[in-house]
Amino acid sequence: MTPAEYFQRDREMQPPAYHPGYKTSVPRSPRQALLSLEQSISEITGPTFGHGDLGPLDHDLIKNYAKTGDPVGERIIVHGRVLDENDRPVPETLVEVWQANAGGRYRHKKDTYLAPIDPNFGGCGRTITDENGYYYFRTIKPGAYPWRNYVNSWRPAHIHVSVFGRAFCQRLITQLYFEGDPLIAKCPIVNTIPGLADIGRLVAPLDINAAIPFDSLAYKFDIVLRGRRSTLFENRLEGN
Amino acid sequence: MAQPLDYLQETPSQTAGPYVHIGLAPGAAGFSIFERELGWDIAGPDAPGERIRIEGLVLDGTGAPVKDVLLEVWQADAAGIYPHPEDPRHAQVAQGFRGWGRVITDFDSGAWGFDTVKPGPVPGRMGRVQAPHLNLWIVARGINVGLSTRMYFPEDEALLAADPVLSLIEQRHRVPTLVARKKAAGTYRFDIRLQGDGETVFLDV
Repeated sequence: MTPAEYFQRDREMQPPAYHPGYKTSVPRSPRQALLSLEQSISEITGPTFGHGDLGPLDHDLIKNYAKTGDPVGERIIVHGRVLDENDRPVPETLVEVWQANAGGRYRHKKDTYLAPIDPNFGGCGRTITDENGYYYFRTIKPGAYPWRNYVNSWRPAHIHVSVFGRAFCQRLITQLYFEGDPLIAKCPIVNTIPGLADIGRLVAPLDINAAIPFDSLAYKFDIVLRGRRSTLFENRLEGN
Repeated sequence: MAQPLDYLQETPSQTAGPYVHIGLAPGAAGFSIFERELGWDIAGPDAPGERIRIEGLVLDGTGAPVKDVLLEVWQADAAGIYPHPEDPRHAQVAQGFRGWGRVITDFDSGAWGFDTVKPGPVPGRMGRVQAPHLNLWIVARGINVGLSTRMYFPEDEALLAADPVLSLIEQRHRVPTLVARKKAAGTYRFDIRLQGDGETVFLDV
């Protein structure tokens, strides 16, 4: 059987492995060319997840680690759709997020930034898209924080996002940034992406229509995974 | 000018960063938040097949172990079946077999390891057979787009020689970078070199 392949990843659009402005990429970037593969069943399949894998508060970062009250910070909703390059929704797929707290500190034993841990904030969540590819999280807006790259490098506020899709070749990890943040343009990690318009696709706009009055602001973030070709001689329901 | 093509474009990738464990393996980050962390049990307790353990390091271009890697594995069961609706045989997949897992490297040593069952050969394109293999995906601080590779098993000599992916490797001396070393019965060693001498063959899948 020759499967209907996923579209090739656009390596000119994606950040290159080696980008000297992001110093850690220097020793961690392969120097040999990637071996291009025609996809087999190993690439067009991938893990599946169900609601049984998740707990009821996993998508709610305001409540999922709350001990004595809600975490400190600006309450926000992050929502959007997971689509593929054919502009079709990707339903029932796992979306995982992690982030720093409002002060820019991660709950991680390797993070030693002086901003305090929030006793009520864990900083991770996960959900599964619905039949329309829609997902949402409730959380607090993360803070900017310093990191060791140049002496005075700061990460813009961001949320890490991990998505599976239907096939292991669609697997993607990225970062969501917030509209209007002046640190975005200065960030060496953001700037590993060659195209300005492509950087813009990682910036979530304020979505005032989705805000909940007297409770939470909202940001919208759509995620696009690789699309898939339908074969000319087969009528594949999912492919057309 | 021409008509526009209405495709969307894939979202750009960004590094998983040094704190990937918070999101994907919070227990390792030092706290307990989810009832069930995902990815610790690849094969389940009842799947038939040879129980194996795979251990290794991920090494950077200077030869130092990378200590903040997250590795994911996707594999078929011992009969070569993937637990996915597009595998024509998926209804026969081993009971409780998930096929997917994730591990992180030890913060001090960079060592990683996981337990699973050895996969069977899986069908390739055009009626060819692929030697048993694990599909690996590697993310870390400093890795801008997750790296894909495969791990094969040294004892499958005839299947390795005929494997359609390994046969694409032009520099034949690089083929062994995708083949694990057998340490003892059921235990394999597989080091991944991100750069430099012995650089692992990475795949654009």
